[in-house]
Amino acid sequence: MKQRALGFYAVLVYAFLHVPLLVLAVFSFNSSKFTVWKGFSLDWYKAAFHDAGLVEAAVNSLIIATVASLLATIAGTLCAYGLWKRSAPILSNSLYLSLVTPEIVTGISLLALFQWMFRFLKIQLGMHTVILAHIAFTLAYVVIVVMARLRTFDPALEEAAMDLGATEWQAFRQVTLPSILPGVLAAGLLAFTVSIDDYVITSLVAGVDSETLPMVIFQMARRGVSPVVNAISTLIVIALGGLILLSERIQR
Amino acid sequence: MESVLELREVSKHYPTHRAVDGVSLSIERGSLYGLLGPSGCGKTTTLRLIAGFDDPTSGDILLNGSSLVPLKPYQRNVNTVFQSYALFPHMSVRANIEFGLKRKGITDLDARVRRVVDLVQLNGKESRLPAELSGGEKQRVALARSLVLEPEVLLLDEPLSALDPNLRKQVRTELKDVQRRTGITFVIVTHDQEEALSLCDRIAVMHQGKVEQIGTPEDIYLRPRTRFVAEFLGAMNWFNGIGVRPESTRMTRSAAAASSVQAIVESSMFLGHCVQVRARTKEGAVAIAEIPRTGNHFVPGDSVDVSWDHNDQIEVV
Amino acid sequence: MKRLRAIFLAPARTINFVLFLAPMAIVLAYSLLSRGVYGGVERPWTFESYTRLIDPLYGGILLRSFWISVLSTGVCLVLGFPMALFIARSGARRNLYLNLVMLPFWTSFLVRTYAWMFLLRDTGLINTVLQSLGIIHEPLPLLYNDGAVILGLVYGYLPFMILPLYTTLERLDKSLLEASADLGATPFVTLTRIIIPLSAPGIRAGSILVFITCLGAYLTPDLLGGSKTVMIGNVIQNQFTSARDWPFGAAASLALMALVMVMLLVVLRRDKEQML
Repeated sequence: MKQRALGFYAVLVYAFLHVPLLVLAVFSFNSSKFTVWKGFSLDWYKAAFHDAGLVEAAVNSLIIATVASLLATIAGTLCAYGLWKRSAPILSNSLYLSLVTPEIVTGISLLALFQWMFRFLKIQLGMHTVILAHIAFTLAYVVIVVMARLRTFDPALEEAAMDLGATEWQAFRQVTLPSILPGVLAAGLLAFTVSIDDYVITSLVAGVDSETLPMVIFQMARRGVSPVVNAISTLIVIALGGLILLSERIQR
Repeated sequence: MESVLELREVSKHYPTHRAVDGVSLSIERGSLYGLLGPSGCGKTTTLRLIAGFDDPTSGDILLNGSSLVPLKPYQRNVNTVFQSYALFPHMSVRANIEFGLKRKGITDLDARVRRVVDLVQLNGKESRLPAELSGGEKQRVALARSLVLEPEVLLLDEPLSALDPNLRKQVRTELKDVQRRTGITFVIVTHDQEEALSLCDRIAVMHQGKVEQIGTPEDIYLRPRTRFVAEFLGAMNWFNGIGVRPESTRMTRSAAAASSVQAIVESSMFLGHCVQVRARTKEGAVAIAEIPRTGNHFVPGDSVDVSWDHNDQIEVV
Repeated sequence: MKRLRAIFLAPARTINFVLFLAPMAIVLAYSLLSRGVYGGVERPWTFESYTRLIDPLYGGILLRSFWISVLSTGVCLVLGFPMALFIARSGARRNLYLNLVMLPFWTSFLVRTYAWMFLLRDTGLINTVLQSLGIIHEPLPLLYNDGAVILGLVYGYLPFMILPLYTTLERLDKSLLEASADLGATPFVTLTRIIIPLSAPGIRAGSILVFITCLGAYLTPDLLGGSKTVMIGNVIQNQFTSARDWPFGAAASLALMALVMVMLLVVLRRDKEQML
């Protein structure tokens, strides 16, 4: 097959992947609420920012994603390091399994757990249950990204540190961690994007006070297409796209 | 002779093989000691056991008479120069050198660093990162980083193998010079016999986890005790159990010396500094001689007498 | 050394146990209990929820989920293979081209699904344009059918196919292709006899990834399929919310998990390093 023919084909596939999002973005600046171009306006963005429910959901999403990705990154980095030292098949298989488990199954299993816990510990669904759920499903992502970085790390560096008098902890803290830091940051950003975008699991374990942005968008979308949703969607795509590009950069 | 480091019947066994099998060594203070052998002979594992990266299955390792075995790597007054150098990539040359001093809580950092930087001639390069250094410079940083701690014993794992061949001879001289000036005991692991012969005061030749022979370079080259040692240290002709090195082997057209063997020339190759003649004896053994290029000229099919001085013949067990 | 490692593994071990393994065990227990009068579960222990899975209503949904996933996987493979080949042959620009595929993949799945609602619905962009051009007079029923769901799944998971295909194609030794041409093979023969057989591990990995993700899909059938195209994911969700039949939802979840694990094990046994 000629590369030129493939190139032509590739343009079509790229169009398939990118045009729907571009069209969505373009129409978020449409002054009409119908799918006919009537002129440029920022009305829908203003409307989005004046919608108290949306703003509150966005704040919730940011809090949840920040806390969950931070904790998952710490636990996941330590775990990847431990597994790199010596494998632990049960733990790593269990982490991989959690990664391939359909979201809906993860969601209902966590819901079942929380419901079961309510009987004994009088806690309710809310921000904390969402954060716990997000730590659970982002952990494996972090472990995999940090592990990939550790595979390129020369174990002799750690031996050298200990040879020069560093304890195990000092060797990790002063030699290994700085070397794998780009991988850790990238893992954190990935966990953040996966967390902030989640709808399926979140909607099952969220309480009345912990509605997230994807939950609000989902409800609005189900009611029908709205230019306000176009506007928020555009903002989300730009923000998450930016984060992913940043994480790519860091990983180099 | 006072030994600083002693290995007593040290073994490291894995489920599938014995990497080190009953190795005993006694290393003299201030010497340059070589562990020589082919890859997989156990020399690097022996080094790792001394450094503390692996634990021996049995046996004891003594530094100044007390056992190192219960100590962690960071508690041993022994340092390592790694084959890959293992310089910390995110730290400058200076930070790499200071790393060990800081761990030990030593205060006169500046003076110590300056001294060792002078010693290995890294002046002006202190603020560079490892990635900005040449191969030879990296090697010197690795050396400086360990030397600055003034260890009882410095372990060097194939210290020249990552350098390009032109640089090796120069660095070899520098290494020997640094050892003489500091008086620190060096233990060098290498698979290169020329390197071991030219650098070391004493050499232990290892094979399949065991020590085959220990001796001075002259001992092991001229008086190898086993066929393995004889062949590992250089090419060897064998005539009825007697070994003769090609450079001691003579070939003439007529009967000459007392011990002579008849052979037919098979090939002749010009090597620059000499001509290498390959002949086959009546018994079917191969005889290789390196003869001066100004001497006789042989062509395949020539009948020759192969001879040597009695002093040059090697008898092994 | 061992102690530090144990301390490092402890948080992840705890999270994985409490928030993954224990919940799964609870789901298993629920699937074997009976439905409570006001939702929840109660005794006696029974296999009834599992037998109901093959009930024609739910068996039909299972079968439909399976076929939708098979079709989506097939479309992804056909679309993705030439794409992966293109990227693998792009030399220095490979990373850029690969990122162009992956970038939308990492930006909000929900938004990307919503984008298709915006395009496909009766008053959506496609129908509006076609009507204003006079090509059609009544809006075409583009949304809320199996086709829309398959489109959404392909759009969502095409990168899952392209990435492993690209990985194997990129590793393919170029001299093999030259040798094939040198021995008289046309480009088409080289493709079918050399490239495709050698990229089999990538094809298997990509297909399994797409298939299991489609099988567990919830968001896409809900938004693009409406009430007409229901998949297993929607059934499970419904049991835990409005239908309040937790044992049945739990049994359906475990059936889905079992399918996913069987699929993975089949591929894992052949191509260990490809998947991990």
